[in-house]
Amino acid sequence: MKASGTVDTIEPISFTLNGTPTTIRMSPDRRVIDLLREDLGLTGSKEGCGTGECGACTILVDGKPMLACLMLAAQLAGRAVETIESLEETEQGSRLLTAFVGEGAVQCGYCTPGMEMAALGLLRGQPAPDRAAIREGLSGNLCRCTGYVKIIDAVEKAATGEK
Amino acid sequence: MKALLFPASIAEFLENHAAFPDALIMAGGTDLLVQLRKTGPDSRPFICLERISELREIQNGSGEIRIGAAAPLAEVVRHPLIAKHLPVLAKAAVTVGGPAIRNMGTIGGNICTASPAGDTLPPLYILGAKLDLVSQNGRRITPIHEFITGPRKTVLAPGELLAQIRIPSADGFAIQHFEKVGRRNALAIAVASLAAMIRFDDHGRIAEARLAWGSLGPCVVRSPEAENRLAGNLLSETILAEAGLLAQKAVSPIDDIRASADYRRKIAGNLLLRIAAP
Repeated sequence: MKASGTVDTIEPISFTLNGTPTTIRMSPDRRVIDLLREDLGLTGSKEGCGTGECGACTILVDGKPMLACLMLAAQLAGRAVETIESLEETEQGSRLLTAFVGEGAVQCGYCTPGMEMAALGLLRGQPAPDRAAIREGLSGNLCRCTGYVKIIDAVEKAATGEK
Repeated sequence: MKALLFPASIAEFLENHAAFPDALIMAGGTDLLVQLRKTGPDSRPFICLERISELREIQNGSGEIRIGAAAPLAEVVRHPLIAKHLPVLAKAAVTVGGPAIRNMGTIGGNICTASPAGDTLPPLYILGAKLDLVSQNGRRITPIHEFITGPRKTVLAPGELLAQIRIPSADGFAIQHFEKVGRRNALAIAVASLAAMIRFDDHGRIAEARLAWGSLGPCVVRSPEAENRLAGNLLSETILAEAGLLAQKAVSPIDDIRASADYRRKIAGNLLLRIAAP
């Protein structure tokens, strides 16, 4: 699916990226994960499986968790995109970051950006989820260091605002 | 580089399709893009359905619930009309992938992919879903069991769009049950699934049972024998077990990476035992 080049002069695609109005000229079928990582230098979002089974590339589009490996550049037109790079900019995101560090919810770290964005999406819709809701909210994200318990602890802590 | 078209209406979709007859139709992309990743670069344009608002509506009218085919599964799961009237569909839709997949993937996509493991298919079969197919020649309505003709095969013609799913009222069914067996709870393809609807008569006996299994044959499996075994009886473990034996004869499971045919056949019957009294 990778586009042959990144400098095609074609119709511009405008969207909001981490709060900043952004216009790109990009092959419309460029995968969003490649657009973010390779063209825009936002390497926080990770590609794991590339087929929607691991959640490592989770971003928020119009506030909802979506997978950057299964979206194409043109789909972003007019949307608000949030990536892990903007996590600290909101109070909820900042609390998540602190809680992940505090709870030791990071081992190798590869799943962390996707976990945190999925958690942020969850907290936006449900600011005080119980543990079952947290597990459900993170159910699309795989961690291969088997750190789920600490990750759930961290999201719970971030949700309650507990230090 | 390929073109991506984003029609804003069904009429515009039909115009786009007439202009690009070889175009691929993309709803949520969660199946299509994975498939194209396997088959390699493809220059055909995409016609994307995500900006057609009339294809995303869920509404009640004329004794049926109408679901726009491009409604994301997450919307199907949380829509009050579905939760209230068609809980069996909500219970199945929430087992597809994880939250992000359900924000992207659509109910129409799940139908048109026509996977033997498509989670929303068993409930749609027992709900008697009918599909509105729209093309430049007009509109036709097809029951879902006639729409899907085999694994990944449907009667959708080139240039035709699955626009809407129509589901008649199921309010008389006190039990609307769905259970999926997978290797794990989330992000799992079904090893087997069962959708069941049961309506009781005034004496508390089963007036009508509708059963459908997923992942246990090339298409969704029905078993009139098992359904008839239940009818006229009180709901009990004994009668469910008897129906389960008949169900095991109806299914035609395969061995694959996820489970053996023997195991699948066994749970085809055992899943019935999980239907609890209301």
